[in-house]
Parts: sequence; C-alpha cells; structure tokens
Amino acid sequence: MAERPNLDYIKEISGGNEEFEKKFLNIIQTEFPKEMNEYIQTLEANDLEELAKIVHKIKHKLGILGLTDGYKLAIKYEEDLKYGNIKLKDEFREILRSVEEFILKIA
Amino acid sequence: MKCIIVDDEASARAIMQELCRTIPEMEVVAEFPNALEALKYVKDHPVDLIFLDIHMPKLTGVDFIETVTDPPQIVLSTSDKEFAIEAYGYEFILDYLVKPISPERFHKCAIKIRNFFEKEIAARNGTAILEEEDLYINIDRRLIKLKFGDIQLIEAKGDYIEIQTRDERYRVHSTLKKIKEKLPESKFLQIHRSYIINFSQIVDIQDNSVLIERNVIPISRSNRPELMQRLNLL
Repeated sequence: MAERPNLDYIKEISGGNEEFEKKFLNIIQTEFPKEMNEYIQTLEANDLEELAKIVHKIKHKLGILGLTDGYKLAIKYEEDLKYGNIKLKDEFREILRSVEEFILKIA
Repeated sequence: MKCIIVDDEASARAIMQELCRTIPEMEVVAEFPNALEALKYVKDHPVDLIFLDIHMPKLTGVDFIETVTDPPQIVLSTSDKEFAIEAYGYEFILDYLVKPISPERFHKCAIKIRNFFEKEIAARNGTAILEEEDLYINIDRRLIKLKFGDIQLIEAKGDYIEIQTRDERYRVHSTLKKIKEKLPESKFLQIHRSYIINFSQIVDIQDNSVLIERNVIPISRSNRPELMQRLNLL
C-alpha cells in the first residue's frame, strides 16, 4: 500500500504544543501549493536545472510529512534532473497529489 | 545565547524555532527568508549563533559564510549532506543538521553548542575547564586505571567492550554509549557503530578505514564527515 502523508513528525516536534501545530499547518497550507505550482510551471518550461532546485525544496516537506519513500524518490529525481532525466516525473507528481489532497483534508 | 534562523522555507524556520524553544538558554532574536537580509542584520546586531540553511536561492548559505565578516558560530541545515560537508571545513561551523531534523539530533547539537560556549566563557575568564585525565575500569573486581592517552581504540563486542591500549586489551562489561560519555570529546571519536578511536593514535586514513597501530578500523559513511572535519588537513 502506498504511504500516506501524516503529522507524526510535527507532533513529535511540538511535544503537544497545539499553537505550533496550528501555525505549522497554516504555513504548509500556503507554502506547499505555491511550490507545487512553481514545480508544474517549471516542468512545463522544461527548465530542469531550476526544477531540481524546486524538487530539493519540496523534498524536505515530504520528509516532514512522513513520506519516507517519497523523500527517497525525490532525492533520486533531483539527482536525475541534474542530468536532464525526467523519467520519475509521473511518480513524483503522484506524490505531490497525495500531499495536496492531505493538505486540503486537514484545512 | 542570541541566535537567528536563516532559511528560505517558512516551514523549516517554524520547525527550527520550535526546536530552539526546547533549549532555555537559546533566544531566537530574528529569522530571515534569505541570506542577504541576514547579512545586513548581523552587521549591526551581533549574535552568538546562526542556524543557516545552505540551499537558498540567489545567495546560498556557503555564499553567506564567505561574505560575512567576523562570523559568529554557525549550525548548518540542509537536506543534502554533501552541501554541508562542503562548508564544514570552516572553523566557525559548529555542526550540521540534515533536514527533517529529529528532536534527538537537535538535542545533540544543543549539547555541542552549550559545550562550546561554556568552554569559551571559561577561557575568557581564565578558568579553562579541566578534563579528567584517566578512566577506571572494573576487571575481576579490580579497578584498573587507564590514562586516556594510552587508549588506542574501543570496540563493541556484544554485551562487552574491548579497550585496546598500547600493551593490553581489556574486556569490560559495558557499552560504547556508556564509555563514550566518560571520554573527552576532544580526544575520542566514534567512527563506526562498533568503534571509538583515540584521535591522536591515527596512523593514516585510507578510503573507508583508519589505521591505528596495526588495527584497520572501518569508518561508517555517517561518521566520516565529522572525522574529516576534525582532521588538520593540509
């Protein structure tokens, strides 16, 4: 079964500090859609060097949201992009979609 | 201890803020989404410590390090170890944290920070902290004194550890974790999950191993950056 985003890491960091959890969710709800749009537009523009930088940034969020496999895939994808290889784009897109859904659900 | 956080991701800054909140003596006085703003700030507002992301657009963390005058202590954060290693050679880099940062790892970093500043304060006051010179081990109900300088390496062997000195090898019922707490950080380093070495006893380093007298000790990938950082490399 594919892994699902979760807030385990955030809860571990917060140690029950609900104010932080709320603040963090607000941030990620703003930050992630922007990065996702940036990713889509840059992919369309075929600017792979810039795309690698965006994937790098998104990669951290996948780790935060407990997507261990997604994080590993992002590492590989980022590296591939530096060599002009986009074969992981569909799998990566699928991961982004699951994060997008998750963020909408927790909104 | 005044510190600032520099990271282009708001979520990363929020996490770092929250982690810093768990360390009472740490006061986050400002945070910045880019290195340029941080550079301007530290020019007029001296701080003790900077949590600095490496991978930022335009001016990167490495650019920041190379530009800042009179740098305070810096803890790097990155999603890529390689970037951290690149910058780890600077003397004012205290540690690097790989994102997402676990609370345990941050806690270790906080201990490092605290130790550094305690030593600095002690040195400033002319009261350098005296480190213990020796360690007592229990062998057959006899307490044997070992001088730190005589210990070459310590190897984990199941429920035991083996302490190798120049002349003897002692088998003690203990763990690497326990003995590590008793050893001075300035002299000893864990380079593998089964080995702690006395830094001054290294003969040479080749590929992924260290030679200590005639013992070839493996270096694990995760411990290699710290080892390399501590070498006085020409």
